[in-house]
Amino acid sequence: MSKDSKRGGIRPGGFGHHGSHRGMPKQKAKDFKGTLVRFLGYLKPHRSILVIVFFTAILSTIFSIVAPKMLGMATTKLFEGVMMKIKGVPNASIDFHFIGRILITLLVFYLISSLFMYLMQYLMSGVAQKIVYVLRKQIDEKISRLPLSYFDKRTHGEVLSRAVNDTENISNTLQQGLTTAITSLVTFIGVIVMMLSINVLLTVLLILTIPLSFIGIKWISGKSQAHFIQQQKQIGNLNGHVEEMFTGHQVVKAFGREKQAIEKFETINNTLYHSAWRAQFLSGIMMPLIMFTSNIGYVLISVVGGILVTKRMIEIGDIQAFIQYARQFTQPLTQIANISNLIQSTMASAERVFEVLDEKENIPDRKDVKVLSYPKGHVRFENVSFRYKEEEALIEDMTIEAKAGQSVAIVGPTGAGKTTLVNLLMRFYELRSGHIFIDGIDITDMKRQDLHQLFGMVLQETWLFKGTIRDNIGYGKQGASEEDIIAAAKAANADHFIRTLPDGYDTILNEEGSNISQGQKQLLTIARAILANPAILILDEATSSVDTRTEMHIQQAMNQLMKDRTSFIIAHRLSTIQDADLILVMDKGRVIEQGTHKFLLEKGGFYAELYRSQFSESDSFTELKSI
Amino acid sequence: MLKLSKYLLPYKWSIVFTIMFVFLQSLANLYLPTLMSDIVDTGIVNGNIGYILKMGIYMLLITLVAGAFTIIANYLSAQVASRFGRDIRYRMFSHIESFSLSEFDDLGTASLITRSTNDISQVEQVFLMILKLMIMAPLMCIGGIIMAFYSDAKLSLVLVMAIPVIVVTILLIARRGIPLFKQIQKKMDRLNLVLREGLTGIRVVRSFNRVDDELKRFDQANQDMTITSVKVQKIMAAMMPMMMLIMNVSTIAIVWFGGLRISHGAMQVGDLMAFIQYAMQIMFSLMMGAMLFIMIPRGQASSVRINEVLATKPDITDVLAKKTQNVSDIPNRGAIEFKHVTFRYEGAENPAVIDLNFTANPGETTAIIGGTGAGKSTIMNLIPRFYDIEDGEILVDGYNIATMKIESLRQMIGYVPQKSVLFTGTVKDNIRYGKEDATDDEIKQAAKMAEADSFIQDMKDGYDSLLAQGGKNVSGGQKQRLSIARAIVKRPLIYLFDDSFSALDYKTDAKLRKALKSITATSTTIIVAQRISTVIDADKIIVLDEGTIAGIGTHESLMDTCQVYREIVSSQVDKEELA
Repeated sequence: MSKDSKRGGIRPGGFGHHGSHRGMPKQKAKDFKGTLVRFLGYLKPHRSILVIVFFTAILSTIFSIVAPKMLGMATTKLFEGVMMKIKGVPNASIDFHFIGRILITLLVFYLISSLFMYLMQYLMSGVAQKIVYVLRKQIDEKISRLPLSYFDKRTHGEVLSRAVNDTENISNTLQQGLTTAITSLVTFIGVIVMMLSINVLLTVLLILTIPLSFIGIKWISGKSQAHFIQQQKQIGNLNGHVEEMFTGHQVVKAFGREKQAIEKFETINNTLYHSAWRAQFLSGIMMPLIMFTSNIGYVLISVVGGILVTKRMIEIGDIQAFIQYARQFTQPLTQIANISNLIQSTMASAERVFEVLDEKENIPDRKDVKVLSYPKGHVRFENVSFRYKEEEALIEDMTIEAKAGQSVAIVGPTGAGKTTLVNLLMRFYELRSGHIFIDGIDITDMKRQDLHQLFGMVLQETWLFKGTIRDNIGYGKQGASEEDIIAAAKAANADHFIRTLPDGYDTILNEEGSNISQGQKQLLTIARAILANPAILILDEATSSVDTRTEMHIQQAMNQLMKDRTSFIIAHRLSTIQDADLILVMDKGRVIEQGTHKFLLEKGGFYAELYRSQFSESDSFTELKSI
Repeated sequence: MLKLSKYLLPYKWSIVFTIMFVFLQSLANLYLPTLMSDIVDTGIVNGNIGYILKMGIYMLLITLVAGAFTIIANYLSAQVASRFGRDIRYRMFSHIESFSLSEFDDLGTASLITRSTNDISQVEQVFLMILKLMIMAPLMCIGGIIMAFYSDAKLSLVLVMAIPVIVVTILLIARRGIPLFKQIQKKMDRLNLVLREGLTGIRVVRSFNRVDDELKRFDQANQDMTITSVKVQKIMAAMMPMMMLIMNVSTIAIVWFGGLRISHGAMQVGDLMAFIQYAMQIMFSLMMGAMLFIMIPRGQASSVRINEVLATKPDITDVLAKKTQNVSDIPNRGAIEFKHVTFRYEGAENPAVIDLNFTANPGETTAIIGGTGAGKSTIMNLIPRFYDIEDGEILVDGYNIATMKIESLRQMIGYVPQKSVLFTGTVKDNIRYGKEDATDDEIKQAAKMAEADSFIQDMKDGYDSLLAQGGKNVSGGQKQRLSIARAIVKRPLIYLFDDSFSALDYKTDAKLRKALKSITATSTTIIVAQRISTVIDADKIIVLDEGTIAGIGTHESLMDTCQVYREIVSSQVDKEELA
């Protein structure tokens, strides 16, 4: 077991969390110094408490360091009394008066030391948790200001791990690491000073044993590191295999390949075992090694000290004090070694957090925003260009117009830029050039909040959160009344099915939302959009994850929703958009055709081809028509 | 935790030796202060340098021996713990491989993955700690007490007083702290949930202008967790100072009472010095024990989760060997018959399919169509016996599949799942998954028929191109074609296509089905589909509606007789053209 995980045992914050364990190769910060400086900035508001913590740490350590020497004095006094008795000095007795005084002083010292130690930990816990609270809050606020393009590039897991695991790692370090660093340092220096004050020769002897253990530790950790890396790799392989086999379970079963899956697992598992036990063994002998050298120090003190006592160069109590110092001496050394690792990994975490905080944000709203008091929903794209990646043009010089109340359908193959168009309209991304106007106002002149207020969205993935159906519909409008919510549900054809659920509007949707069907979920999002009562509606593949019959059912609700609103409909099933006022056919980021369904069919271009491929390609379609 | 320790049984001798060596090592460490006290009481008092040196050499020897013992104990415990981890991991994996889909639904794939990876590592680590510390702590403690009594029994009364105080303190703090730790875990999950929801719904949140509410929600969870964390840390802050204080006060007491005993001539100074060191050893071992009390609940949670998996009995197993039929007993045809089949997913209120009756014959294509949730995929899962039915019988060539050997049943089937699953490896490996000894020619042939050959040829390394995990580097349509090729290479008697053409464009779909016709000429083919155009040519179409059969027949006959079918058709074909 590595020293690191041993400390993890007492590190209270590390309860069941990840932290860095097993003494694995540590992550390192790219810019250690910069990160550290910035991190210290977070400590600043707490500097008065930290100063107190610093002094309590020093005081607590000093009082505990002085103790062994005083205890040694008591022992010496005892010994003197005994020796005098042995030598037959008349009226010889042990000076209990003196010893008692020392012991009472000691008691006071110990009390003070413990008190300061408690104070230090107590104060530190408030500081550590508050700092982490601030970090988390900042990340969350940052997330709310980041452009969507940031999330396109990253998995949710990655963002989550920065917001939760990395901050947790920082919290653990702050809680334990900082105070341990101070006390270890003070102990180390203090112990050397105290030892020197007793005897220089013994001190030198003890210090000479240190390189011994350091060389040993270095040698072993070099060796074990290789095994740890190997172990990490094998764990990766193993987890990969497990993940793959479990997610593909159905296929493994269908093809009867369980045996092969197990065989492969066994091979990896065995390789893992071989590196695992070696790594464990090697890192495990570090502790005994330290103990061994400290025992050698112990022997040296006993022997050399003993000889020195007989030579009357030191007192007997000094040996006792020395033995205690020797024990205190190795501890801070190993701890300081640990802490440097800990600090490395903490700074790596801090850097990952700062990276999030430093991401480029959405362009802030203008100061002199324009307000649309009575939105009508007239939308115009003027020479709009946009790229996700600098070198890859996605939308080039696009000009389109949707009049108030019109329904505009956008069709085209995957990757044509349909969803992008919607994202631009909502100003989730910034244009490269050109303008988008709503009722004649450039959207960059509007407050984002006001802009979003204009839209209602129904997307392919039905985003619902864990909570009641009522709350989920009510999400569309702040402070919506019960009547509003029910009216919206009715308009969306959802009221009926909601009432058939055991808890009606109070039914709690679970995390995956698996307690209602896909079609029902979609109806709820439509109800949510109806409640929001937007001027402009966006339907992005709203029905593509349900079957065609359910789609017809939802379509009614959507028609209700689209009434008197400008709506943008993205669909790949052409059957759903034939009634649109305007159909935009997109390919490779450009609108290549536009017009009504009838017009486009007659034109016989891309749309007509697309339409035919969906409806007429089947050989039997002619049959179908003849029925 | 205890349940899992049975996996340590094969290594009992290693463990016995570990305990022995740890014990010897503790003894050796405890013997050092005794020798030191001899140096003081005999060597120093008499000024005998020769004696001091002699004792010094003894001490050195003992240190060496103790070091050697520790290394051996370490060697053994590292091996035992790693073997233990390896064994459980293996047991777990092979056990899970025997699960049917219903156990997977029940426990969740993601959860099974964490259980067989993280949880096992966690337990392995705790066991390693136990092997090293848990054994060492009591031995040190007992050894220390023995030595203390041995050097001065009366003075040991100080320890008799101190030890309960320490134990009670640890328990008190732990009792207040541990429930809070559990709360923190929950609050952390909550924080994760809020953040995850905010991330997945980011577009919705922003478009509904609810960013501020989300911020508030997160802040609440964040504050909640912070408050509890601070509380816990403040309680834990008392732990170390209290321990130190108790230890130090005991030392003072030892020196005082020891001093009195020395003045009475009942004890020597060296003994006192040794005694102090014993006391330290004892208290350190108690603190080590306290650490384990914090460690064990950590492993506990994991081991409960592991045991849960190991205790889950797979639903579906072969019936007694005597009754099972082997492939050789069955004339290889592949006719499928459903007789009054009813099936319900675990815990579901309503059956997924109810009283199904139909046949699918060799040489015919049977198509199944119906809405989402109508039970189409369920039927596909019942034929390879991924689930066991509740009522009725499924017959293959007249034999109930429940009495067949599962292996031989699945041997007959070429299954193409709804979600194409590919594995890490080359294209060739993935197709060969269907038939282990398939030749390169067979593979190419199968790929050609699945309309996959041309795009495979276009890939950088052709058939040797590597697919990333889950086939991330190929498109959805390509994945489907590869998984179709995988089924074709098997040349099975029964083909099951579970909505396997959905990601293909209409042209490829039509071409592929034409190619399939020739391969499936003699086999039983069942196709699940959403598109009318896919099923229109089938010999037999089964229309499912909410788990029951709404109609069986050809396209023409269903258009006449089946209302549900007509609705499906009209929802896909625009009215003008139908009219």
